[in-house]
Amino acid sequence: MELTTIWFLAIALLFTGYFILEGFDFGVGILLPVLGRDDRERRVMINTIGPLWDGNEVWVLTAGGAMFAAFPHWYASLFSGFYLLLFVILLGLIVRGVAFEYRGKGTTDRWRRGWDACLFGGSVLPAFFWGVVVANMVRGVPLDDGFDYTGTVWQLLNGYALLGGLTTLLLFTAHGAFFLHLKTAGDIRERARALGWKLAALTAAPAAAFLIWTQAAHGDALSAILITLCVLSLIGALVLDLLGRGALAFACTAGTVALASAALFAALWPNVLPSTSDPMNSLTHANAAATDKTLGIMTWAAIVFLPVILLYQAWTYWVFRKRVSVNHIPVA
Amino acid sequence: MDVLDLARLQFGVTTVYHFLFVPVTIGLSLLVAILQTLWRTTGKNSYLRATKFWGKLFLINLAMGLVTGIVQEFQFGMNWSDYSRFVGDIFGAPLAFEALLAFFVESTFIGIWIFGWDKLKPSIHLACIWLVAFGTMASAYFILAANAFMQNPVGYQINETAGRAELTDFGAVLTNPVVLAAFPHTIFASWMTAGVVVIAVSAYHFKHERDLDVHRPAMRLGVLTTLVGGVGTAISGDALSKVMTSTQPMKMAAAEALYETTDNAPFSVLTIGSLDGRTGTPVVEIPGLLSYLATGGFGGQVHGIDDLNADYQALYGAGDYAPYIPLTYWSFRLMIGFGMLALAMAAIVWWSTRHGRLPSRRWFWPTVMWMAVTPFLANSFGWIFTEMGRQPWVVFSLFSTEAGISPSVGMRTVALSLAGFTLVYAVLIVIALKLFFKFAKAGPPSEEDALASASGPSDDPDKPMAFAY
Ligand code: HDD
Ligand code: HEM
Ligand code: HEM
Repeated sequence: MELTTIWFLAIALLFTGYFILEGFDFGVGILLPVLGRDDRERRVMINTIGPLWDGNEVWVLTAGGAMFAAFPHWYASLFSGFYLLLFVILLGLIVRGVAFEYRGKGTTDRWRRGWDACLFGGSVLPAFFWGVVVANMVRGVPLDDGFDYTGTVWQLLNGYALLGGLTTLLLFTAHGAFFLHLKTAGDIRERARALGWKLAALTAAPAAAFLIWTQAAHGDALSAILITLCVLSLIGALVLDLLGRGALAFACTAGTVALASAALFAALWPNVLPSTSDPMNSLTHANAAATDKTLGIMTWAAIVFLPVILLYQAWTYWVFRKRVSVNHIPVA
Repeated sequence: MDVLDLARLQFGVTTVYHFLFVPVTIGLSLLVAILQTLWRTTGKNSYLRATKFWGKLFLINLAMGLVTGIVQEFQFGMNWSDYSRFVGDIFGAPLAFEALLAFFVESTFIGIWIFGWDKLKPSIHLACIWLVAFGTMASAYFILAANAFMQNPVGYQINETAGRAELTDFGAVLTNPVVLAAFPHTIFASWMTAGVVVIAVSAYHFKHERDLDVHRPAMRLGVLTTLVGGVGTAISGDALSKVMTSTQPMKMAAAEALYETTDNAPFSVLTIGSLDGRTGTPVVEIPGLLSYLATGGFGGQVHGIDDLNADYQALYGAGDYAPYIPLTYWSFRLMIGFGMLALAMAAIVWWSTRHGRLPSRRWFWPTVMWMAVTPFLANSFGWIFTEMGRQPWVVFSLFSTEAGISPSVGMRTVALSLAGFTLVYAVLIVIALKLFFKFAKAGPPSEEDALASASGPSDDPDKPMAFAY
């Protein structure tokens, strides 16, 4: 296999890992005002992801760093072209990251409410806008012969991209509900379960519409298979939740996220950022790439370090495998 | 102001801001690891209380370093896309390595450390904070290696058709003489910064004579860290000066506003007159010191700005190749000055508290507390000097700052994001400082509380978590 193919796959993998892992973090944040009836319950929810969210977030930093190194033009065109979308995502991630640490460090109601709002907003914005970003990336944007974006920010808020954003927003929320079902005990767990299948049902329509649109406009045989499996996986989550099989339902939404992400990257291939103004200006895995020398070094680094990272991250999940309930929350 | 100015301002603001927290993280993670190790090895519970106390302050700081770092990672692409295209083949790899080797370690093990007091065997729990401490240093190494390429490009060739620099020797990039000198300098400066923070917070408790069994050892550790860090910073700074003189002679000339090539060049501590030093009158001058910094000998020759400018014009075409002199001149002095002030303060604190003494003059401890700002100023001026002194280049001798900007990003976009980041950062720093002071004043937990939350794994499934957000 060519090195550029390997790195296209690696970046797809890093983004997919990010969406699976931080997807449920976002979901938990979005559900905070919905499922957490009082401060204690909200703390239960926050603490299910407390030890994990930061490690999950590094997936996107690695994806960004790897994109910069392996496909400098992809990184440059995407990040400068989608400037304001990323700006909004960054603002969300900033207030959310601080909120985890600072929320419990004040005692007044107002203080906590404020940080709850940051957790909520800081989860909604990235959950929605990552969808908008990826959808636009697949759809393509006008690029000039220097590979620079020539459109406006409003063009990035087109129907297809907004539908993509809605899909990730709802899907991550459902994913978060199943995660809470898996990781909490008591009342809140029941409520998460009861909400889970409804959220999955709510996700189904926009997700199906978005994926079919993707298939019709950009798909190939592989993406068709992935999209079919993706939709099946979402239906599976819904059914399994109704049957009370929360752990499996969570595995299914994880599968849905993974398959959706894989389908989008399959639809993108062999481009990395197609140009809608002139196909000659499209960025592909070949013309966006770094040299084989750099790619080779990166490949060795990934082969050596990614398995180690997966091992110790898996270990974290093992250490914190216990369900959290209101009894476990120490009084502040 | 045009887009270039705004983008530069944005980079400067966000990066200097990130670097307010980073040195504290690098230094405090190590000090917390040392305190926890002391607790494990001596069994003295005052060390546990100190670990808990400093651990909490460390985390308040870490949160800020972390979220501002994410902005850094995105910024190259957002504002500096042509720069990213030009250097990506070389510059991206250290960033990716940083994420793979450092960020994953830091962020995974810090989560385990925070929440793991009652989940892990004490020895494994201790190992986690050491991993975090090493992760922060690895992080610094890779990012400084990336930055060193901008100061002194090595291990590359220019591909004219692709219009970019391409990697030929990754080993050379990672062992750039600039990073070999800048890494120890930055780490020592970080230790110094954290040491001064420890001194200042302990000073508050010394003043009120509270929990001295916890704060006295911490104070000693802080003083020791500051002294080691301060002396190390000075020695490594001297080494860095020599590397800098050989790689970017213009920066050394700009540091002294030295226009004419001079043997036995003096270092002026202070100048009055015109800001750019053309007609300035040095007030205090140390003979030969600039030559010593630049070359290692008091008689050595230091090239002047005018000569270098002429050389560069011959090499790179017409233009002005000098940075903005008043800024380089003053930031270099302020870096050294504030740093040495902090070092002197640590020495005085050490002297006044030796053998269990407690200085009683009313102004003593408040002054010590205020000195906490000095290493932060020194760090910021150090970076402002480093980055502004490289101008007009973004990659020295290869690529001008002007050429690096994103062509597709307009004025309003940059202005909006600059305003947005500045606003959010301003609000956050107020909150972070308030929290820091609140918990710094609250002091360490009681012995029972500290022990209860460090009890190790338990069999009771309903036991409340040792720590929860
Ligand atoms: C507490 C902080 C602190 C203190 C006391 C000093 N420095 Fe420093 N200095 C830094 C913190 C710093 C820094 C912020 O960490 C920099 C910015 C880039 C770097 O690598 O370190 C820096 C950069 C920096 C550079 C620029 C390197 C370049 O452009 O490539 C030089 C030449 C020196 N320093 C030299 C010194 C000397 C001779 C000092 C005298 C005692 C000194 N520094 C004290
Ligand atoms: C790997 C690390 C770093 C890289 C790659 C880097 C890169 C850059 C780039 C691309 C610019 C914009 C172009 C320019 O104006 O020169 C810049 C400017 C700047 N950077 Fe750095 N920088 C790094 C570290 C830092 C750090 C840690 C600080 C300070 C804490 C810093 C301070 C500044 C400042 C103040 C400017 C603005 C200079 C100006 O206005 O021209 N940099 N740097
Ligand atoms: C301008 C270039 C820089 C970039 C792209 C950058 C990127 C980042 C990112 C993404 C994080 C968050 C990591 C996490 O989530 O765990 C971070 C934190 C950190 N950065 Fe930076 N950074 C820059 C400058 C620097 C410099 C110059 C240093 C050191 C000399 C540094 C040292 C650190 C350290 C030690 C941390 C971890 C501790 C903390 O979060 O406070 N960074 N950085």
